[in-house]
Amino acid sequence: MTSKRVGIVVFPGSNCEHDVAQVLNNSGIETEFIWHGRSDLGEISGVILPGGFAHGDYLRPGAIARFSPVMSSVIDFAGQGKPVLGICNGFQILTEAGLLPGALQKNARLKFLCQEVELEVANTTSCATSLAHKGEKLRLPINHFEGNYTCDLKTLESLEANNQVVLRYLENPNGSMNSIAGICSKEGNVVGMMPHPERACDDLLGSIDGLQILKSYASNL
Amino acid sequence: MEMSLHSSLGLTDSEYDMIVEVLGREPNHLELAMYSVMWSEHCSYKSSRIHLGRLPSQGDRVLVGPGENAGVIDIGDGIAVAIRMESHNHPSAIEPYQGAATGVGGILRDIFTMGARPIALFDSLRMGPTSDSKNRWIFSGVVSGISGYGNAVGVPTVGGEIDFDETFSANPLVNVAAIGILPKERLVLAKASGAGNLAVLLGASTGRDGIGGVSILASSGFDESSAAKRPSVQVGDPYEEKKLIEACLELLDMKIVVGIQDLGGAGITCATSETAANAEMGMDVYVSEIPVRESDMEPFEIMTSESQERMLAIVRPDSLDKVMEVANKWQISASVVGIVRDPVSLKSGAKVGLLRVFDKPDGELLAEVPAASLADEAPKYRREMKEPEDLNARWSRVAGANADASNLNSDLLAMLFDAAWVYRQYDHQLFLNTVTKPGQDATLLKASGPGVRYTGKGIGASADGNSRWCFVDPRLGAATVVAESALNVALVGAEPACLVDCLNFGNPEHPTVMWQLSEAIDGIAEACKALDVPVVGGNVSFYNEANGTDIDPTPVVTTLGIVPSLVARPPGIGFTKETHLVLVGETERNLAGSRWAYQLKNDRSGALPRLDLDIHRSLIVAVQGLVRNGDMYSISAIHDISDGGLALALAEMMLAGQFGVEIFEGAVAGHVELFSESPSRVLVATDNPESVISYVSGHNLKGSVIGDVKDSRLIVPGLLNLGLDELRQAVRQNSSI
Repeated sequence: MTSKRVGIVVFPGSNCEHDVAQVLNNSGIETEFIWHGRSDLGEISGVILPGGFAHGDYLRPGAIARFSPVMSSVIDFAGQGKPVLGICNGFQILTEAGLLPGALQKNARLKFLCQEVELEVANTTSCATSLAHKGEKLRLPINHFEGNYTCDLKTLESLEANNQVVLRYLENPNGSMNSIAGICSKEGNVVGMMPHPERACDDLLGSIDGLQILKSYASNL
Repeated sequence: MEMSLHSSLGLTDSEYDMIVEVLGREPNHLELAMYSVMWSEHCSYKSSRIHLGRLPSQGDRVLVGPGENAGVIDIGDGIAVAIRMESHNHPSAIEPYQGAATGVGGILRDIFTMGARPIALFDSLRMGPTSDSKNRWIFSGVVSGISGYGNAVGVPTVGGEIDFDETFSANPLVNVAAIGILPKERLVLAKASGAGNLAVLLGASTGRDGIGGVSILASSGFDESSAAKRPSVQVGDPYEEKKLIEACLELLDMKIVVGIQDLGGAGITCATSETAANAEMGMDVYVSEIPVRESDMEPFEIMTSESQERMLAIVRPDSLDKVMEVANKWQISASVVGIVRDPVSLKSGAKVGLLRVFDKPDGELLAEVPAASLADEAPKYRREMKEPEDLNARWSRVAGANADASNLNSDLLAMLFDAAWVYRQYDHQLFLNTVTKPGQDATLLKASGPGVRYTGKGIGASADGNSRWCFVDPRLGAATVVAESALNVALVGAEPACLVDCLNFGNPEHPTVMWQLSEAIDGIAEACKALDVPVVGGNVSFYNEANGTDIDPTPVVTTLGIVPSLVARPPGIGFTKETHLVLVGETERNLAGSRWAYQLKNDRSGALPRLDLDIHRSLIVAVQGLVRNGDMYSISAIHDISDGGLALALAEMMLAGQFGVEIFEGAVAGHVELFSESPSRVLVATDNPESVISYVSGHNLKGSVIGDVKDSRLIVPGLLNLGLDELRQAVRQNSSI
């Protein structure tokens, strides 16, 4: 097997970069932190935008991060069909950067939510769900204030028509349209999701359902 | 009569005279402002210091004890753990969101100042009843503040406690503890050594927020005019703090920092005088070099501002470029604001490190005082102590003797509260360490973090307090709080290793308050000695009073324990399968200090149930064995009996699982036994009760089967009969604010 290396983009305010790296490293995948001020990505086979509060989430989550120098390279990288995964704040950044449609607004009840949710895999062609079965149930933690997915109706129809909804909540915790927890680009190589798969990869912590997501992602590097 | 300047700054006449004696002259305005903050109750512990020395602080594992920014213990494998607890009661009372948020920010700086990566926060909250709208405003503001700051700064809030009592209506308690982890060799202390080294101020610029916070706000009580003190509350910026954490840890990893200190209460005056005094050196500070947020700030404002998210690093001149590079990368400001100086020789021959404040380099001297006189030589008061006049009368009565015991079902329902509403708002999983989530007896964490590899060790931690026990008997109450906290960490399989305390008391000028403090310290000391748990740090919060009424005495402790080899998840408290229920320990029929008598029946009489620390120590050892070998003893749930007695413990076990429990006829004699909060008792749900009973009897503990876990009702014959659905409904009702 050739060594595959994942670039984990670190913005000031990111905080899940070490967690994602730890889980990938435990699965034998090399990782490299890529500082947001860099304009080249170097030799990597995939990009992950981790959770956290990039640039303090000031203005609104992802609104400043999309202007970080690294993002134009991430957009080019995605354009080449290579796998890009945005988790939580990373998902918010992907929508702000225009790599994924729609936006994440404040949770319906206007409270931060850190809890486990049950999800259904809605698409098995994306780079983050290719090893899962359609309809498979996963229990993953969410951890966000702005996770309420929204978009215009035309976009919503096209997301559904093109099979771009990747994960759906079984019990909608935050008011997301169509219970959307994660979506992908038309080509399936760019995925954004609010749940944190890296937080459910250790029996000692209570769940290993997240491995289904991260192993899928790794298989597409 | 016009108030003198020193009185308006919170200094007494005799303190003013002491300052004149130290300086050999009258202090100027700036010097007076600096003494007023450093000699405030909050910074100097002037009323409590003579008592705090009685707490045991030594232990084989202790690397750093009380008096530093945080306590540090060695947990083996080259890993050290830092822990610190602090109150932010007064700011939270008048500005709940920012008060609580800056409490979190401050405690985190105490942790990374030691070179530790903060990996966990705990919050212990005591609020007035939520039936009152102002209490609801305070409560939800405090929770939002902790959530807003803690989540964004990237440190998970993994545990805590919440209690409601009328005594906290005007003066809530917001106590926050933080845990950090570090490779042992990264430990650093707050010392400004090496003449010629530079003092570099990192982080936020200095504004007018929080001026006199420690002297005006934290060192006096509340009344109708308290809202006017709002400008004394600081404003927090978690993003700035996050960058500051990363930058400081990077600097410490590069080994280019000689010493480092956070800026909290008393701001730059505190950081410069303490670091200089710790190294027995002097320091020159240049006001013009301190970046400010507003124009026209007076030197005394700049020197005493409590603006948040600032650190003072002492660096060698040849490292300055590298420091600037790191600061630049993390987009934080860094300015050389001073220089370390050799001490000067007095005529007497003694050497003294001077803190000198200049308006600019080579400029005018604005203040010149011995650094140690600010940091270490504040007056110590042996304040008058007096036990409450009604103490013996209260103790001689039997608690709950005349209380109405005809509605035990509804009494229990009134006690239920689900803290999930609170901890769902906190990120409690970051860093992939959280083995047991909030809502259990204690939190269990893997001992690891960015830069510290997991070696198989675990950390258990629990924050505990009980104002009712401590009102009835501050000494035995405080000892029982320590005992419960140590037992809690054992319930997730950890061996208690150290604790930190937050001593929340009323006005120290009231002799009964000083008596309560002294008694509580003796109680903590007794329990800690008997259980071999050193106190590695703490904080005293006085003046928790409103309109002349002191709060009930409330020492809160956070105990930290170690799991030498973390191989399985502990059973947890929930009834997750039908099985047998064993009670370990013996119940004293005594309702003194119980939630039932004290809170529901408003009866504060009685002497607390006895605490036998030898038995308790055996129980802690036995419980660790049961939890670590849960499979061997077929244990599906384990929980201590504490606040709310057996009744509340059973309800909590049902609510955390999905089964009911039926207690045998005659196993519980009456409502006194049902609601007694006598210590050293644990409930164990097991398929193999004989093995559990025989194991605990090997530790000289009594165990007996008292019922079956089954169906979905809570049945204690003749006393309680409630469905799980009724419990759930009551929880929802009581917990929605």
